[in-house]
Amino acid sequence: MLAYIVRRILIMIPTLFLISVISFALIQLPPGDYLTSYVAQLRSMGDNIQQEAIDAMRDRYGLGQPVYVQYFKWIEGIVTRGDWGQSMEWQKPVSELIWERMGLTVVLAVFSLLVSWLIAIPVGVYSATHQYSMPDYAMSILSFVGVGVPAFLWALIIMYFAQTQLGMNVGGLFSQQYLEAPWTWDRVVDLLKHIWIPGLIVAIENTAGEIRTTRANLLDEINKPYVELARAKGLTENRLIWKYPVRVAMNPFFSTVGWSLANRISSITLMSVVLSLQTTGPMQLRALLSQDMYLAGSFLVLLSTLTVVGTLISDILLAWVDPRIRMEA
Amino acid sequence: MDNTLLEVKNLKTYFFLDEGTARAVDGVDFEIKRGQTLGIVGESGCGKSVTARSVLRIVPKPGRIVEGEITLHRLVAKQDGSKMTDLIRLTEVDPMGSLMRGLRGSEMALVPQEPMASLSPVHTIGDQIGEAIRLHQKVSKAEARAKTIQMLELVGFPRPKQRVDAYPYQLSGGLRQRAVIAMALSCHPSLLIADEPTTALDVTTEAQILKLMRSLQQELGMAIMYITHNLGVVAQMTERVIVMYMGKVVEEANVDTIFHNPLHPYTSALLRSIPRLGMKARERQRLASIRGTVPDPYAIPKGCSFHPRCDKKIRGVCDQQEPTYIEVEPGHKARCVLYKQ
Repeated sequence: MLAYIVRRILIMIPTLFLISVISFALIQLPPGDYLTSYVAQLRSMGDNIQQEAIDAMRDRYGLGQPVYVQYFKWIEGIVTRGDWGQSMEWQKPVSELIWERMGLTVVLAVFSLLVSWLIAIPVGVYSATHQYSMPDYAMSILSFVGVGVPAFLWALIIMYFAQTQLGMNVGGLFSQQYLEAPWTWDRVVDLLKHIWIPGLIVAIENTAGEIRTTRANLLDEINKPYVELARAKGLTENRLIWKYPVRVAMNPFFSTVGWSLANRISSITLMSVVLSLQTTGPMQLRALLSQDMYLAGSFLVLLSTLTVVGTLISDILLAWVDPRIRMEA
Repeated sequence: MDNTLLEVKNLKTYFFLDEGTARAVDGVDFEIKRGQTLGIVGESGCGKSVTARSVLRIVPKPGRIVEGEITLHRLVAKQDGSKMTDLIRLTEVDPMGSLMRGLRGSEMALVPQEPMASLSPVHTIGDQIGEAIRLHQKVSKAEARAKTIQMLELVGFPRPKQRVDAYPYQLSGGLRQRAVIAMALSCHPSLLIADEPTTALDVTTEAQILKLMRSLQQELGMAIMYITHNLGVVAQMTERVIVMYMGKVVEEANVDTIFHNPLHPYTSALLRSIPRLGMKARERQRLASIRGTVPDPYAIPKGCSFHPRCDKKIRGVCDQQEPTYIEVEPGHKARCVLYKQ
């Protein structure tokens, strides 16, 4: 098992290298660079910037160099000094900008994952064990609606109702006074007060699908002979269902932790724009639009790393819950 | 002393499906004595397995017992040490209630058809056997484990102390079936319901398992309801036999009588379809088979359900009236118009 984990971690290194190359190449693909869009923006506001000033900035950011030189300088900075480069737009080091947002995004994603599991597993199990009953039909209809409606639409609807009916402001992850404040216990409490609405919205979108998955998987397992033998042993229905078929039906949940987290991060992006949350989404979107390459590149690399690590975690989890997958050399 | 263990009277278990009602078990009567082995023989789909599941009260949906009585004569120890029998009408208790759950696994245990699929793939065999022990006996985890190892040893598991923590996928088919038998025997049932326990195994393993069940039966004094379509196994394992066709018992007799003096045309046809070793070349002929196939369960033929395939059918009689089940000679019953009381 340990050898397996070590091997998987070693394989992650070339994967991450490839990801960083592709991310960087992608950001370089649109014509021009940060300065072209910056200058265009200034000119549109009637500000005429001197050519010398542009050249000086181009020199400072090393934008005149070939792409691969830029890439290696950036990677060297990350690997040797933990320096993710400079954000041109914010005039700040990237590392100062992203960590809190990354952290909040991950917290939000994990929170919504736990919420949707907590809802989806019991509901799915009930649906499967009471197949074709009224509650099963009701649950099926609800979950089809849930699957069909995207998270940002839920965000808009909930925001509308909270604002007009309850007079609540549901935007943001912090109250005004804690927005730029350093981390204190009060700030954590404030975050918890705000996080549940966006967490729930992201959860709704995914819960629906997970209810369907649980139901379908469990229906596949529930008529297998090992379930019947467990019943013939004299176990109560509840205990035998939760101990045997549910355990097997849960496998897809563990095996998809990796990309299901990544999925959630994408739905969080859109929703964050709508609800103006301090997650990676809005900042990343803006960085991509303005071609703020180190900032955008860092986001891409970090989020992809999360997916790769998530996949590793889900493989380890799966090997832990399903003995058939454990590899013994 | 009352020697009867299980009585089944006019049992009818139907499946209510969209396509119609499938009469899987349609009026079955039999009796099992303590320590006796009863063989239930018949083609696929004749209702053998559903009969077993009806007795255990685990008929899967949309199946339901619609008529009949199943009575278990349970031996209960009285305070003065003597034993008395307690009659439990299984057809009248709640199938998932505590009384029925207490009987399942302890008084009546099942050895199912497919050892490959009958154990949970993600739990160790020790966990699954120990669970049955802990469910019916008040023992600690450590005692249950010790007992599990003891049971595995009894069914001939090599190195039971190590293998108790094995997962089913690490074991061969024969060992898995031994594990299932160990589980069934762990609470000393008075009735073991073996539903084609050796169909999925090769003949060598089959012979070992059969021998094992036979010797354990003598050791523990339990009765066995042995369901099979293999007549060779019936001859080797059982004392009494019932032959089923389309949800009905067509013949019942002692095992020797069934083989040497079968009454029902279906039984004789089944016996003719067994190949024999050492048949001389000039006597050799094509192996007989029963013509046709089992009719569709939604369209049971009128009259005797076997008449379309029967070579002794009487036109105007067999396709009109349903034969009654009668005792032709003492201890030998048949359901056919050819016989009178």
